[in-house]
Amino acid sequence: MSTLSQTDTQTGPGRWLSLMGILFTWQRLASAAQQLLLPLVGILVFLGAWHLAAPQVNTSLGAFPGPADVMEQAGALWQEHQNQRDRAEKYVTMQEERNARILSTNPDAEVRIRAYPGAPTFIDQIGTSLVTVVAGFFLATVIAVPLGIVIGLNRYFNAAMNPLIQIFKPVSPLAWLPLVTMVVSATYVSDDPMFEKSFLTSMITVTLCSLWPTLINTSFGVAAVNPDLVNVSRVLRLSFWTHVRKVVLPSSIPAIFTGLRVSLGIAWMVLIAAEMLSQNPGLGKFVWDEFQNGSSQSLSRIMVAVLAIGFIGFLLDRGMLVVQRKVAWNE
Amino acid sequence: MSKSHLELTGVQMAFDTPSGPFIALDNLNLKIGKGEFVSLIGHSGCGKSTVLNIVAGLLGATRGGCVLDGHEVNTPGPERAVVFQNHSLMPWLTVYENVELAVQQVFRKSMSKRERKAWILHNLELVHMDHAANKRPGEISGGMAQRVGIARALAMKPSVLLMDEPFGALDALTRAHLQDSLMEIQQELNNTVIMITHDVDEAVLLSDRIIMMTNGPAATVGEDLAIDLPRPRNRVAMADNPRYLRYRQAVLSFLYEKQRFPDKAERKPSAGQKQDSGSEGEDEGRQGLRAIA
Ligand SMILES: Nc1ncnc2c1ncn2[C@@H]1O[C@H](COP(=O)(O)OP(=O)(O)OP(=O)(O)O)[C@@H](O)[C@H]1O
Ligand SMILES: [Mg+2]
Repeated sequence: MSTLSQTDTQTGPGRWLSLMGILFTWQRLASAAQQLLLPLVGILVFLGAWHLAAPQVNTSLGAFPGPADVMEQAGALWQEHQNQRDRAEKYVTMQEERNARILSTNPDAEVRIRAYPGAPTFIDQIGTSLVTVVAGFFLATVIAVPLGIVIGLNRYFNAAMNPLIQIFKPVSPLAWLPLVTMVVSATYVSDDPMFEKSFLTSMITVTLCSLWPTLINTSFGVAAVNPDLVNVSRVLRLSFWTHVRKVVLPSSIPAIFTGLRVSLGIAWMVLIAAEMLSQNPGLGKFVWDEFQNGSSQSLSRIMVAVLAIGFIGFLLDRGMLVVQRKVAWNE
Repeated sequence: MSKSHLELTGVQMAFDTPSGPFIALDNLNLKIGKGEFVSLIGHSGCGKSTVLNIVAGLLGATRGGCVLDGHEVNTPGPERAVVFQNHSLMPWLTVYENVELAVQQVFRKSMSKRERKAWILHNLELVHMDHAANKRPGEISGGMAQRVGIARALAMKPSVLLMDEPFGALDALTRAHLQDSLMEIQQELNNTVIMITHDVDEAVLLSDRIIMMTNGPAATVGEDLAIDLPRPRNRVAMADNPRYLRYRQAVLSFLYEKQRFPDKAERKPSAGQKQDSGSEGEDEGRQGLRAIA
């Protein structure tokens, strides 16, 4: 490249060539910039189009919110959360002071601190949703991976389970939800419940919908273990457990993680839908409440929630990728 | 040589296929003495791997059987270690860990932790792979991986070492080097070895006996050639040793005159004769023998 560009630097094409030479020298930098720049351009174009298109769409609650309105509402929601938290803190300190006074007069008095009874804010709802999705996904993993291993290892079991998997896999969360709700309220009766019923309902619905990709991928991965490696294991007379631990699991880890990532994505989507439908606390309920509320800010607030849902989904997937890099041998 | 350390009697192997049973081996008899180095040679698809797998216990003969030191073989076990055609190392374990998996399993009770470590390293040194002990199979060449596969098999202290085309995928130089190491190691440890090969020179150079198999279906032992050459053998000196050349000639003549490549060969009538040859579909990439011809 450099010899080419030195031949005729005076003329127009030569100058271009030398310029290209420099460009190629900076190729790596350029590709790094590209990786940052192009996504940025994409986002900016989207924001621009949104900004221009939004006022054209009129709803009964006024024009569709543009990026600026949404930003404003995001700030407002954050502010509400801060205010709420300040009030909650004050509420607790007040109780503490009162308790201290009581104890100073009567050391044996029983004192209690009650939690602030205010409504959950947007941020609280995000927290609830995150806890629920993680719990539901965890339960799904704990069920799907061992079951997938058994299905993958045993041809007969596989044949028996296959129709069930094929039928239950495409079921929408909306169909499961009423059943789960009824079953949970009927079976989970306790005076001092460890979990809210709503939490259990959402979590189980998430589990039921999200365990299939992990189950299917795990069983495929396990069934596809290189037969030569299985023969090595047989020659070594590895026990069943050692065989599973040292040969089957490591060799199907890549397939399992592919399934886990799909499952987590599904879990997050399903959770929002389930929360909306059943009015269980979480981001879905926030969206539903704003929709019912129907104030002029509602659409902007729902849009904030939509973006938050998308961004959290993205972060969850990234988190899974990080775990995969840590665990999988082929990364 | 003691009589029948390993004995195959009347072995028949029938595979279930969609078009009925396929008789791969029929009435195969073979006696191998302790410490003997035996090569199995024959055209692609004739049933060499099947014989090896029966001795390994990975396949069960449908008739007849295999007896090792007076015990019938019916399950695989580390006393009959196998070197697989494509090294078969666990890709997620390092070279060291791959050998360790075997050593751990076989000598868990009889060796201390330190002894096991020394034994693993010793076996890696035997095949000159100790320098790459901490590399993964994906990070080393095919020849190196094959050597680790051999080290893993040797580390089990097998009384019989079974090797399925162990050097098949290697370049000529690496192959020669590994053949020499294998001869040395076998001289030293006096294992019984059964090695499948497509390479006539390799068979003559390494073996005490060459078992030539007839073409399948219903393959059996065609000729049994004892190789009476002094050890240690030197490949350069062998190149113009008249006896070596005669043995070589004998194997070539068996393969290309008596047992021509399937389809052209005359077949003895047998139980498996009705099978269509379509099921022998793994001939691709196995043109080694035809290339020599
Ligand atoms: N599991 C199986 N089911 C059906 N047929 C089989 C099976 N395994 C082997 N065969 C058939 O048995 C015959 C012998 O196979 P084998 O693998 O032992 O041949 P081989 O001599 O090792 O060939 P190569 O030199 O190509 O490795 C072949 O015709 C093959 O198609
Ligand atoms: Mg074979």
